[in-house]
Amino acid sequence: MKKNEILFLQGNEVCARAAMYAGVSFYAGYPITPSTEIAEVLAELMPAEGKAFMQMEDEISSICAIIGASLTGNKVMTATSGPGFSLMQEAIGYGHMAEIPCVIVNVQRGGPSTGMPTSASQADVMQTRWGTHGDHSVIALTASNHEDIFAMTVEAFNFSELYRMPVVLLLDEVIAHMREGLTIPEPGELPIIERLNTSVPEDSDYHPYFAREDGRLPMSEFGGIHRYNVTGLAHDMWGFPSNDPEVANTLIHHLVNKVENYKHDIARYKTTNMDDADIVLISYGCSARSAKQTMSNLRQRGLRVGMIELQTLWPFPDDIIYDLCRDARYVVVAEMNMGQVLHQVKEAVSNPDRVFLANRVDGALINPEDIENVVNLLRGKGK
Amino acid sequence: MKKKLKFNRDWCKGCGICVEFCPKNVLELDDELKIYAPRSGDCIFCKMCELRCPDIAIQIIETQEESDEEK
Amino acid sequence: MAVTDYLREQFMPHIWCPGCGHGIVLNSLVRAVEQIGLEKNDVVMVSGIGCSARMAGYLDFHTMHTLHGRALAFATGAKMGNPRLKVIVPMGDGDALAIGGNHFIHAARRNMDLTAIVMNNNIYGMTGGQFSPATPKNRYATTAPYGTIDEPFDVVKVATAAGASFVARSTTYHVNELIKLIREGIEHPGFSVIEILDQCPTYYGRKNLSGSAVDMLKHFKENSVKIGKGTGAPGEIEIGVFVKEVRPEYCDKYESLVKEVQGGKK
Repeated sequence: MKKNEILFLQGNEVCARAAMYAGVSFYAGYPITPSTEIAEVLAELMPAEGKAFMQMEDEISSICAIIGASLTGNKVMTATSGPGFSLMQEAIGYGHMAEIPCVIVNVQRGGPSTGMPTSASQADVMQTRWGTHGDHSVIALTASNHEDIFAMTVEAFNFSELYRMPVVLLLDEVIAHMREGLTIPEPGELPIIERLNTSVPEDSDYHPYFAREDGRLPMSEFGGIHRYNVTGLAHDMWGFPSNDPEVANTLIHHLVNKVENYKHDIARYKTTNMDDADIVLISYGCSARSAKQTMSNLRQRGLRVGMIELQTLWPFPDDIIYDLCRDARYVVVAEMNMGQVLHQVKEAVSNPDRVFLANRVDGALINPEDIENVVNLLRGKGK
Repeated sequence: MKKKLKFNRDWCKGCGICVEFCPKNVLELDDELKIYAPRSGDCIFCKMCELRCPDIAIQIIETQEESDEEK
Repeated sequence: MAVTDYLREQFMPHIWCPGCGHGIVLNSLVRAVEQIGLEKNDVVMVSGIGCSARMAGYLDFHTMHTLHGRALAFATGAKMGNPRLKVIVPMGDGDALAIGGNHFIHAARRNMDLTAIVMNNNIYGMTGGQFSPATPKNRYATTAPYGTIDEPFDVVKVATAAGASFVARSTTYHVNELIKLIREGIEHPGFSVIEILDQCPTYYGRKNLSGSAVDMLKHFKENSVKIGKGTGAPGEIEIGVFVKEVRPEYCDKYESLVKEVQGGKK
């Protein structure tokens, strides 16, 4: 590739190329619309660079295989969509409990069940947060354009290594299948966080679940000098199962705090025209593209409309939303579901009665007029 | 070097497999249902008890001691 | 090395019931690994969920205790992620054939160098004695109080049909042969399945009036025949090596593919 060459790519292809940029060395997946192109691109790129690509028998085995490969020292990823993401939930919980870095891309489509496989939706936000059983925190990122898909894919790998956990990249059918131009970043242009391997020497007592002072948990790969146990059971700092209430209590608090305590470091968002905004649009993913257009249409009509685009959905940046929306007369959340981020925004702001939903759940992309109509209604200027 | 039967009473769960399949009838379970060898002199060290023990509580070891009497 | 050198002795005695065959399998497995002379750092053990799966915790290898039925899927990733490692997968009959049935047949089809040890005690032990896909017809279980009407899987036939390149069966009575078969399975360069008929005196034994662990071992002794030496009578247990063929191994094939792609041949 020539330096700074602009490529005309599909969103899924961008995600695959970004994974390569981040250093993915093992991918396992199962075909499912609308994520399949990620696997197709990696099937071509990975062998050419000596990296392992596998097509598995289902999504369950795909997520299990990447966790296994992560433990033998690889940066790993799988990609799927709604039904596959549902199948993966048990193993995602395992990844959280066992604290294994891995990246799961969910290209959202209409649901529930088989739903609308080729249509747009953003209805997996809450599943991403609460899809597994039990308590733990999650990290989920999203993007609304190809430059951001690239950056957030790399960031997903970085967060998974930094916090030693599964990270979900929530894309949607529109941006995944949309084509636009992208300049692929040069190597070194985006920071890459590599796995932190333990400095504990051989024949010394290594604790795979004992955090350093900075909160990071150094790893030792299977096949390396430290033999230890990994389990989905509640476990002590050696990884051995434990029924001790104190051990379980510490573990659950750790699984939550290791994310929640760093939520400002994890928060990725963009603000536009917020300085004087008294109407705030909050959106993400494909909906943010329409919201941006709504903002500019309304600004042209003299309305003081600002916008927050979320790239980190989980942990939800509630205090940032609180601060940014403090002076807003209205907050309108634009999303393609029945109000999943709306719910979070209502919880975050000081005046939840002023938070409204502009949505669409019919599979067609929400358009600027859909959002504009809601703003007009709020201003008593309904059509 | 003499061979000797060694038992781990803490690991033995008293299932009796070793007793039943010992070809020389060397072994018994004691009053607390733990393995012991009242007829250790008959032992031919065939290792069948060691290999069949589900609790890894039996080992045939080599020892320098003169006596091969069991504890 | 002594057998105990492969154990995490701090967790012994293990959780298995008195007379449980899983302990005999553990015993044989360790001896097979010792005979081959594998370094502990080169062995990865991946287990699922169930009584059998607890084996991983007792062994001083790199051990991964995963999800019910999914051990082979985790193991596939671990092996592909570092093909140098020896990956051993102990499974129960429910673990391998019911919830894990799909992974089992696809692992066999792929012929990746994994060693699947199916500890078949014909019952779900950990949950308290429900019938499994390996429970023979008309036997009793807590979920089959009137006897099962289900037909059981034959592990050897399933593994063979799905393409496993090494398939063997033994019992916990035949320990010398068992050690040899596990050793052969680990050394075989492809997907190996060793079915081990294994006694669960606590649940299967009690529900089916099979007696104690000793009685169940006697049953294995009296009803087992070498492959091809039997009469075909019902209840006869054929033991030995059913399949042993060297076929291209998955990680090797992938390595060749990479070389071809990088050399511009594909």
